[in-house]
Amino acid sequence: MSGASLALAPAGDTAEPVLRAEHLAKEFSGVRVLSDVSLDIRAGEIHAVIGENGAGKSTLMRLLSGYLKPSEGALFMDGAPVDFHAPADAQAAGIALVHQEILLADALTVTENIFIGREIARFGRLDERAMREAAAAQLAEIGCKVSPTALVRDISLANRQLVQIAKALLGTRRVVIFDEPTAVLTHDEVDPLLDIIVELKQRGVAILYISHRLDEVERLADRVTVLRDGRMVGTYDAQGLTPHRMASLMVGREFASLYPARQDPARLAGGDAAPALEIENAHVPGFVREVSLTLHKGEILGLAGMIGAGRTELFEGLLGLRPASFGAVRLHGELAAFRSPAHAAELGIGYLTEDRKGKGLLLEERLAPNLTLAALDRVHPAAGLDLAREAQLLDRAVASYDIRLRSREAKAGQLSGGNQQKLLLAKVMLNEPSVLIIDEPTRGIDIANKSQIYAFIHALVREGRSCIVISSEMQELIGLCDRILVMRAGRINGELAGEAMTESNVALCATSSATNENISGRTSDG
Amino acid sequence: MADLAAAPPRAQHGWSIGWGDAGPFLALAALVLIGFLINPDFLSANNIANVVTRSAFIGIIAIGATFVISSGGLDLSVGSMAAFITGVMILVMNWAAPSVGTAAIPLGMAVALVTGIACGLLNGTIVTIGRIEPFIATLGTMGIFRALITYMTDGGTVAIDRSLRDAYRPVYFGDVLGVPIPILVSLAVALVAAYVLYRTRYGRRCVAVGANEDVARYSGISVARVRTMAFVIQGACVAIAAICYVPRLGAATPTTGLLWELQVITAVVIGGTALRGGRGRVWGTVAGAVILEFIANLMVLSDFVSEYLVAAVQGVIIIIAMLIQRMSKR
Repeated sequence: MSGASLALAPAGDTAEPVLRAEHLAKEFSGVRVLSDVSLDIRAGEIHAVIGENGAGKSTLMRLLSGYLKPSEGALFMDGAPVDFHAPADAQAAGIALVHQEILLADALTVTENIFIGREIARFGRLDERAMREAAAAQLAEIGCKVSPTALVRDISLANRQLVQIAKALLGTRRVVIFDEPTAVLTHDEVDPLLDIIVELKQRGVAILYISHRLDEVERLADRVTVLRDGRMVGTYDAQGLTPHRMASLMVGREFASLYPARQDPARLAGGDAAPALEIENAHVPGFVREVSLTLHKGEILGLAGMIGAGRTELFEGLLGLRPASFGAVRLHGELAAFRSPAHAAELGIGYLTEDRKGKGLLLEERLAPNLTLAALDRVHPAAGLDLAREAQLLDRAVASYDIRLRSREAKAGQLSGGNQQKLLLAKVMLNEPSVLIIDEPTRGIDIANKSQIYAFIHALVREGRSCIVISSEMQELIGLCDRILVMRAGRINGELAGEAMTESNVALCATSSATNENISGRTSDG
Repeated sequence: MADLAAAPPRAQHGWSIGWGDAGPFLALAALVLIGFLINPDFLSANNIANVVTRSAFIGIIAIGATFVISSGGLDLSVGSMAAFITGVMILVMNWAAPSVGTAAIPLGMAVALVTGIACGLLNGTIVTIGRIEPFIATLGTMGIFRALITYMTDGGTVAIDRSLRDAYRPVYFGDVLGVPIPILVSLAVALVAAYVLYRTRYGRRCVAVGANEDVARYSGISVARVRTMAFVIQGACVAIAAICYVPRLGAATPTTGLLWELQVITAVVIGGTALRGGRGRVWGTVAGAVILEFIANLMVLSDFVSEYLVAAVQGVIIIIAMLIQRMSKR
């Protein structure tokens, strides 16, 4: 199939691809992470690369953009061999990389960020005006409305992503490599970005698009290359390639469903179950106003909304991580006030942060200390550390959460994103919480790990725990939750359950001032 | 605890083994070898005991600094704090000596320890409750302690009372089975410190706070308490060092302990502790303090380099140590 699709690809076969890679391989100290990958990118096409974490996507991307040198194989631009020694070489040749993470200096202006390292100067003096005008033109071209003189720290995440794209496009516009550009964006911020990418393509830019979100790939890509375990599965014409088929190709087996079946219909009844956590009239200054919610025992309650809607802040306030006031908080029917995360953990609330690298795990630390960090008093009741017990707990966590690691002595930062997330879950579960709050349970992790984490959440709920899931991925909430609350601008703007849990309803609640009633009205109209 | 003493450089705490860990001990071995080649007297038991005894002072303070620095803090006030504690201690002893005789010595020691802990608590609370950068906070208290000792001595010196001098002398100049007491004391401090840092919940929390304050906070650790405690440990260590060294110093003066903070930080950093926090090496710190003193001693024993350049050579050493750490990380 892959051979045929190559021949049928839309761009004229006679045209030499802008960038071609032949038999690329990369070894790190004897370990082969990528072998025999050949692909090409043509002007005016979007070529998507998909694969699970560890499949070699980021290695491939770094080889193409000069961050790494291939151990074997060669790169050609317009048919001529090229050899990149540094990212600057690739940039000079017209290849730009838009990083997944936002790599901008917060304290500098948009213009200063765009021109960092290649400032325009006249007789040694910075030509601020020329840079400002060039930045403004570049921003306008991609439809970004931020002021070139704004400080990066003052602009939204979505705009930062656009600034980053503007920075990449400045001067280098033959090949643009996007590394999961939508990973940090919410649903509403994604569409404008995808439009910009399509526009770039129409202007003849060759685009390599790496993403976990298969629906985006389906929408954008002309061709799709699938990687698995560092090898190429094939290059396919995107026409007729469904997300389901892509997932199967990535994993190498057929997928039934990403989400576990709801095995316990009684749980769905929700209303009859006793309340596990009740929050009344929560205020978090600057983020949350007048929020009340009830989580029932054995329920998975979803919290949807855009970034900045106040979802994370509500629970950080609840745990005493930021100033907040509450009318009342009841845990299993009894009034409670949590002074600190430690106090909340003691009373049976576990919180998994959305920022596992910045707030969840010590990346430079080994796994065992990470696992027990939130439960030191529980794991080590005596003054001295019980290292044997700790090793045992790690073994148990590795087994029950299927954490894949090369060595017990590995550092947390060496695990893949999915395994880090599982370690974080195991860490929070050491405190045996009865109520679990999971913020972005599967951000930036691959499908196989996602489906495992969904299964773990279901299993925890079956044990009688209750769970709140905060997520920006609507599909995830719909697939996983019994009920969804949608927050908008610090308030709860709607509650959806059962058949009403659809992407359009969630999106409507998250963005418009519509209330629950007129949403159900609209859906019945449509 | 025995295995901690037996094999200090080994990473039995489960830390990764690498140049960063073995480096200070290899450097120390190399230094000893060079010293022997330059001047065979260098390896005489007498000289070694002398050098290590002298290094114990910076060593004990630096062990405390290992906690502060691995928790992500910094204490610039240790030098003037040492002078201040010495001053307070001598004044108290001199005041008590006429009435209680040599019993003034243990009293002075107790007062010194309490003063040290109070000074550490002051630093810690300014940093944590006042939310002031450790650099600035301890820059402030450094000035305060220095001014206080100058005021207490009236710009001159406060010498220890004659009647106590002989009774106190053995604390620095005495030995047990040939091992000078300061060496024994610093060994004991290092053993306890290694146990606390590597084998207790506090040690875990201390390093976690230094590695990533947010992770620590979200893991339910009271960052302020852990940080403050590190400064208190530092204060106690300064007090222990001062207690050992009163016989050698003999008096407190406005210049006592001047610039010691730099030597202390140097010892900690060449010992392999990360200056930005998140990694502490107690035995490395001890080795670092000995290295500094060995270098000074070598330069005195040899005629190649003027001893006026000791600080310059120590400066070169700290830069080389950082470069080695950097390269070993790759």
